[in-house]
Amino acid sequence: MAWLDKAWIDTALEALTAFFMIAGALITFISSFGMVHLRDFYLRMHGPAKATTLGVGLILVACMFYFLLIDRTFHIQLLLVTIFLLITAPISAHLLAKVALHQKLPSDISTTGAPSELREEDVGQEPDTPHPEDPGNGQRHSP
Amino acid sequence: MIGIALWISFFLVAMAIILNAYRLLVGPSLPDRIIALDTMYVNSIALIILYTIWLSTRVYFEGALLIAMLGFISTVAVCKYLLRGDIIE
Repeated sequence: MAWLDKAWIDTALEALTAFFMIAGALITFISSFGMVHLRDFYLRMHGPAKATTLGVGLILVACMFYFLLIDRTFHIQLLLVTIFLLITAPISAHLLAKVALHQKLPSDISTTGAPSELREEDVGQEPDTPHPEDPGNGQRHSP
Repeated sequence: MIGIALWISFFLVAMAIILNAYRLLVGPSLPDRIIALDTMYVNSIALIILYTIWLSTRVYFEGALLIAMLGFISTVAVCKYLLRGDIIE
């Protein structure tokens, strides 16, 4: 690639590598810090589900710029890792949210927006009179 | 310039992995530990890529890709086990 042989291209690629590397590492650190700092699981899920993908993606972009700098070639494997992480991060976050709702994890008082299965005004009360088939202590009538 | 940025990035990503390990050890519930492991493998991919830049070699790209695929599959398997009580029904 002949257009890459200018003198200022090296400096520009080096600056881009350093910038993307530090930005990606900073975003990765902030998301992991949020996972320690936030209060309940539904808040803690927010940080890693979004920010690690962006952070690792920026570090991979920095690596592409670095190999463009030292041997003037593109590497498609790094783009593959980025695309794979972009595809799989929402799926694992969705499954983790389903697990948390399945286990009925306690949420902080400031966390709003529970699904209707977990809101008491939507679920309703247990009936006072037991079902005639059910004696109440979990045992069925023996015929 | 790249050397200084590389050391700063190594420090930040290593601190991120230490924070993940804290959440993995302390985390009050089981999904907390799963998401700590999930974040930890993504951060280890970042650490491998930084190591690749440090060594100026391209040997470890396939390692990063393998960790991404196996980590996703293991996260999905553990979540499926907690949801259904079985992985493959």
